[in-house]
Amino acid sequence: MSTPPRPSLPDGHAGGTAEDLSAGPAGTSGAPRRPGELTPRELLRWLWRQLTSMRTALVLLLLLALAAVPGSVVPQEGVDSLKTSNWKEEHPDLTPIYERLGLFDVYDSPWFAAIYLLLFVSLVGCIIPRLGVYWRALRAQPPAAPRNLTRLPDSTAYRTDASADEVLARAREVLRGRRYRLRRTDPAGPGADAVSAERGHLREAGNLVFHLSLLVVLVGFAMGGLLGYRGGVIVIVGDSFSNGLTSYDDFAPGDLFDETDMEPFCFTVEDFSAEWVMSGPGQGTARGFRAPISYREDCAGTDASEAKSYDLRVNHPLSIGDTDVFLIGHGYAPVVTIRDGEGNVAAGGPRVFLPQSQDFFSFGVIKAPDAKPGQIALEGLFYPTFANIDGDPVNIMGDDKNPLLSMSVYTGDIGLDNGSAQSVYALDKTGTEQVMKADGKPFRLDIAPGQTVRLPDGLGSVTFERVVPWTRLQISQTPGMKLALGGVVLALVGLLGSLFIRPRRVWVRARADGAGTLVEVAGLDRSGGGDVAAELAEVVAALRGTDDTTARGGSGPSRAADPDAAQATPEATGTNEEDA
Amino acid sequence: MSDQAWETLSNQAVAASGVVYFLALLAHLVQWSVLRKLPVSVGAQSAPAAAADASGGVAVVTGPATHTHTAEPRDDEQRIELFGRLGLLLTGIAGLAHALALVARGMAADPNRVPWGNMYEFTVSGTFVVTVTYLVLYRRFALAWMAPIVTFLVPSLLMAAVIWLHKPVTPLMDALESPWLVIHVVSAVIATGAFTVGGIASVLYLVQDRRLRKGEVSDRGYLARVPGPAVLDRIAYRLHAFAFPVWTFAVLITGPIWAHQAWSTYWNWDPKEVWAFITWVVYAAYLHARSTAGWKGRNAAILALVGLATLWYSFIGVNFFSTTSQHSYAAPAVVVTPEAR
Ligand code: HEM
Repeated sequence: MSTPPRPSLPDGHAGGTAEDLSAGPAGTSGAPRRPGELTPRELLRWLWRQLTSMRTALVLLLLLALAAVPGSVVPQEGVDSLKTSNWKEEHPDLTPIYERLGLFDVYDSPWFAAIYLLLFVSLVGCIIPRLGVYWRALRAQPPAAPRNLTRLPDSTAYRTDASADEVLARAREVLRGRRYRLRRTDPAGPGADAVSAERGHLREAGNLVFHLSLLVVLVGFAMGGLLGYRGGVIVIVGDSFSNGLTSYDDFAPGDLFDETDMEPFCFTVEDFSAEWVMSGPGQGTARGFRAPISYREDCAGTDASEAKSYDLRVNHPLSIGDTDVFLIGHGYAPVVTIRDGEGNVAAGGPRVFLPQSQDFFSFGVIKAPDAKPGQIALEGLFYPTFANIDGDPVNIMGDDKNPLLSMSVYTGDIGLDNGSAQSVYALDKTGTEQVMKADGKPFRLDIAPGQTVRLPDGLGSVTFERVVPWTRLQISQTPGMKLALGGVVLALVGLLGSLFIRPRRVWVRARADGAGTLVEVAGLDRSGGGDVAAELAEVVAALRGTDDTTARGGSGPSRAADPDAAQATPEATGTNEEDA
Repeated sequence: MSDQAWETLSNQAVAASGVVYFLALLAHLVQWSVLRKLPVSVGAQSAPAAAADASGGVAVVTGPATHTHTAEPRDDEQRIELFGRLGLLLTGIAGLAHALALVARGMAADPNRVPWGNMYEFTVSGTFVVTVTYLVLYRRFALAWMAPIVTFLVPSLLMAAVIWLHKPVTPLMDALESPWLVIHVVSAVIATGAFTVGGIASVLYLVQDRRLRKGEVSDRGYLARVPGPAVLDRIAYRLHAFAFPVWTFAVLITGPIWAHQAWSTYWNWDPKEVWAFITWVVYAAYLHARSTAGWKGRNAAILALVGLATLWYSFIGVNFFSTTSQHSYAAPAVVVTPEAR
């Protein structure tokens, strides 16, 4: 058996644990144990105590906060993959180290998970025993009145002519009315001269609910990450989408994602519009994006469901079952027809161009691999609102007020024959040659909608028919979302209880003495944050409501309840006695 | 009134409120400079009671305050009273101008909207909540000692906002146009204001705590009139205990709901979200620390200030220093890069 170093015991646990150590079973060897030696069981128990102590929870919380920081400094794969790959290119030395540390994926990294899992283990270990304690406390009676009530920090006393029994009966009534639970006392037995009352048990319940709800949130959050997916797709206006793995441009499934969970809907993007700000501040920006779509919830079944329509807008996703469809971007797809040298249509229809900047100045490629006599590829730029300013081509704004395509032409082997997958947004120029003008300069197409240009060398012609918009949609299925939301809401409710319910005890003792009845009232706030003085004052006021003839005893509560006492002018802010 | 006129009015109201806050600061400085000359016992008859009230039963059983009224400080007392009231009145007026600035800002936009579309507007709103929190709790928590701090802090932040953050009124971008934005930002602003006021109490807690540890017990000067550590700790706790659930609501409920609607992911670990989460965790640690032996008091107060630092970083810093943030209030990302189809 190895000998663990003697752990230093935290003050809070010193008593209990030290006892455990000396009273624990002897070591397995049977030999007399050296002081401080722990059996494995004791060590485990000690470790468990450490893990579930408040102090550990605190340290783990701080650790969690600290561990979350790098993810906001280093670009994250899951948040912005483009930025991340750019960063990696710029920092070739740091990248391998960062990669090993998981710094590009902090929130999925093992060390981050280790911290929060440890925190939750600690939480369970802390909360479960408290559940038992709470259960017992719920059924216990309020504790009997201490012998000397006036010794408590918050207490008062007064004399009255009413009999002790009357005072106690009144006290029961008042405290019950204030929703206190009362201790049952034997009228003849000891303690019959006092009323013991308690209130605010729900505070601890709130605390327990809060902490346990955090577990619910964790489960809901994990479900979304493991079982869900998120996919993006560009859909040109007029085109349809049917939900399935192969329909997406990019697709990020959770680790336990099951394709059969995908819902069999399909939809058609009918139109897209945006309002452009033409003047004033914010000129040239767009808002009010709208993409009306028609969809069917089940396109796979034999009896396909009926079509419905929805106005897809930013902040107004379409929910189909568990899946949500979001409008997150848009752009332009010029419709271009390429006729080859033999007069046949070699390419046609809209082609997605990708915006390069916020004014929707876009880049794109159009390929015609079947063109004869030579393959044709166009690569170039799209100006939504073209203007020629002092000989420079300029894009004025994102609205398509004066569209213009400006493209270079390539021929040769444009690379679609060899079967390797190729992006539709890029042109592999290795086997191509650029088409030149007669004077040897590169040939450039600059065409507006409706125009046709003949290509040199009898390659054919290009017609720019019109422009259609495309929409970028994000489609995601997030199981557990409602669970997580419910968990947080429950946590908040518990938190409110835990922070604002004040657990209190109040005792009233009435004893006849020579000159009448001496009433002592004391209160205790068990949350450490409450103002039991005001409460006490109200209780006393209610007790004395029926007889206000007698002189006061203590002055405390009645003064604190006096509204004037709270008057606070600068002169009124002195140092409290307790500082002295 | 035209939108342009509203915008001008808003700018003028911000300037006016800044000036009036400054005048309030001057009044409080006069007040406190007179107070410096007087020992604490003078003119402090209701102080223990007020402090006890704020602290909630710290010292209930106190005899009637005994007092020695001497003739000599009477004049000073009157001046203190006068300037104290003047400062408070000016703060109230500045607060009204501040409110007007916010309303006018909202009216200046077309269509009219809530005045927190960008950092400038958020700062103006946040400082407004600081003022309101201070004024509302002035009596209840006997916050007179906080007057010079608040009347210094608020106009300073306003000035910083005007100089560095000012932007002309623009319409909200689509992603920001949601009822959840209103709820989310209102709660975030309220929590920010309350945390900030709580942070002020924590700072003074640390100052007072240190002073007492060192055994400095002068009965004159500003610090002698700031409540003792126990009271400050209690005030700080109450403010944090109020702000924490509000922050929870803003960051962990309405934020994700809105993020889900606008960006399809309710929690994406975007830097703004990360820092809001860090702030939440640090304040949770503060609440734990307050009930952990060995962490109570000083360490808890330090944690509260760490929380305040992360709070203001998540609100301002992220926008300037972090990698990407969808919360940057910039135009939506239009550049999309789908992988090969
Ligand atoms: C996920 C991590 C946790 C968070 C976010 C969290 C948050 C909180 C918050 C905000 C409070 C304040 C409520 C109040 O003052 O009544 C609190 C109280 C408390 N927490 Fe946690 N907690 C976490 C984990 C834990 C763990 C691991 C333990 C056990 C070791 C624990 C034990 C307690 C206890 C005993 C209280 C009550 C303190 C009191 O009565 O004043 N918490 N927690």
